Amino acid sequence: MNWTPATLAEQREMLSAAGAASIDAFFEMIPEALRLRQWDLPEGLSEFSLRRKLEALAGKNTVEYVSFLGGGYYDHYIPAAVDALAGRSEFYTAYTPYQPESAQGTLQAIYEYQSVVSRLMDMECANASLYDGGTAVFEAASMACRITGRRKVLTHASLHPVWRRMLETHLAGSPIEVADGDAPTGNDIACVIAQNPAFTGDLRDLSSLANACHDCGALLVVSVNPVSLGMVKTPGAMGADIAIAEGQSLGLPLGFGGPYLGILAARKAYIRKMPGRIAAATTDAAGRRGYVLTLQAREQHIRREKALSNICSNQALCALRALIHLCLLGKTGLEATARACFSKAEYLKSRLDFVELLNEGPTFNEFAVRLPREADGVIAALRGKGFLPGLPLAAMGRGGPNDLLIAVTEKRTREELDVFAEALREACHD
Amino acid sequence: MNPDTLKYTEEHEWIVEQRGLYVIGITEYAAEELGEITFVELPEVGRRLERGEDAAVIESVKAASDVYAPVTGVVAEVNDILEMEPDLINRDPFGKGWILKLKDVSLEEYNDLMDSRSYRGYLKTVE
Repeated sequence: MNWTPATLAEQREMLSAAGAASIDAFFEMIPEALRLRQWDLPEGLSEFSLRRKLEALAGKNTVEYVSFLGGGYYDHYIPAAVDALAGRSEFYTAYTPYQPESAQGTLQAIYEYQSVVSRLMDMECANASLYDGGTAVFEAASMACRITGRRKVLTHASLHPVWRRMLETHLAGSPIEVADGDAPTGNDIACVIAQNPAFTGDLRDLSSLANACHDCGALLVVSVNPVSLGMVKTPGAMGADIAIAEGQSLGLPLGFGGPYLGILAARKAYIRKMPGRIAAATTDAAGRRGYVLTLQAREQHIRREKALSNICSNQALCALRALIHLCLLGKTGLEATARACFSKAEYLKSRLDFVELLNEGPTFNEFAVRLPREADGVIAALRGKGFLPGLPLAAMGRGGPNDLLIAVTEKRTREELDVFAEALREACHD
Repeated sequence: MNPDTLKYTEEHEWIVEQRGLYVIGITEYAAEELGEITFVELPEVGRRLERGEDAAVIESVKAASDVYAPVTGVVAEVNDILEMEPDLINRDPFGKGWILKLKDVSLEEYNDLMDSRSYRGYLKTVE
């Protein structure tokens, strides 16, 4: 069968429906620097030449840094069993198979993943996963609008600025309005979207915000660092209606933007307004336990343009890694990991008496400091010593030029923390 | 409800006036076509519906279908029991399986709808 692209007449019709004068005008919302200029591909290469070229490119990556970079994505240890199990061809080579006749393994993995996520978040249901933390923010916002019949969402100052931006991008052309706000301001707010720990590290109990939201018919959406839930009050216990997370910390290696994992869980009353796939347990004709997708009438392949969401897949392999990772850790292992991150971050704080700590209250694995000189210079100096000292907050629009966000995971040894503290002191006073 | 006394739409909804309110459901034919009904999403009481607007969603093991408002009006009552027992629509489409009641309806639109005889004729053309 030939692939027939849209005819010129069809393109014109679609452009006029979208309100754009040309294809170029249609793509104008993509920043110019990111738009493709030309399609001229280089000549083909032999396997050997290609391999050498790619190895040279890969060699440019430096992986030996001792990293204190965070901001939503963290350098956690991934047990070898995660790669070994998730890499099995039954899981690895399958393209999100959902037919119960042939995909019991995948469906069971999704079902177990949902169960684990629900328990972790202290919520009653979870979907089969979304693409990443930013997508989860958008899907939670849309879900809150569907539940409340309202069209305005507020983003709390604690929310990751990149996910805030992704929310706006997703909402372009939609009737949903987004504004900044730390508490519901009236009876037209669908939800407040907050993050705990906050982007800059502060830990809060959002229970009173949950009450304030419910008092005016709004929902509370809480985005969390899933590892923090080993020791921090859960979204469910705080009264959140929808709980979301970037799941990278659960068994996914740091990459240039992904593939990561969008986690979304909710109260059971809202399950029919929840986007994405949901796997369920059932029994077959012989009475044996089996797994199937359920509540599919919400979805695009059944409801077409009236579907709840454009999400018509899930991040199956990444969700599987998160499941295996959490199962290996277990309840006590997750708690131990969380406590190790927290204690090591606290230890590093105690060694950094020469910088101003910007967090007033408690933090989990990450905190913000104001250096005595510009962060960019300090970062460059420390990189030369094998450290990635953290995220410059000015680059994220969340602080001044001297402000640095420092993350500490269980992987950092006491020796690394001591040497880093000393190197940072020197870099600050050079 | 006696099917002979109801009014009908081409989308297989029925409607009838009862004590000042207009009761709406789907026909036996529609219920059979849908198969076992598993969930009904009901509208909010007080919501104004234009004729043809989505009034409810019925999910069955086979499909999800909209129920359209047969006439313009305001939602006066919904059949809450369907939330627990959605298959009432399969068991008693013209009775206990009613879906919603409208008030302040457009009588002109109501009078324009098919009677049972025209609906039976219409069914012959779609079957």
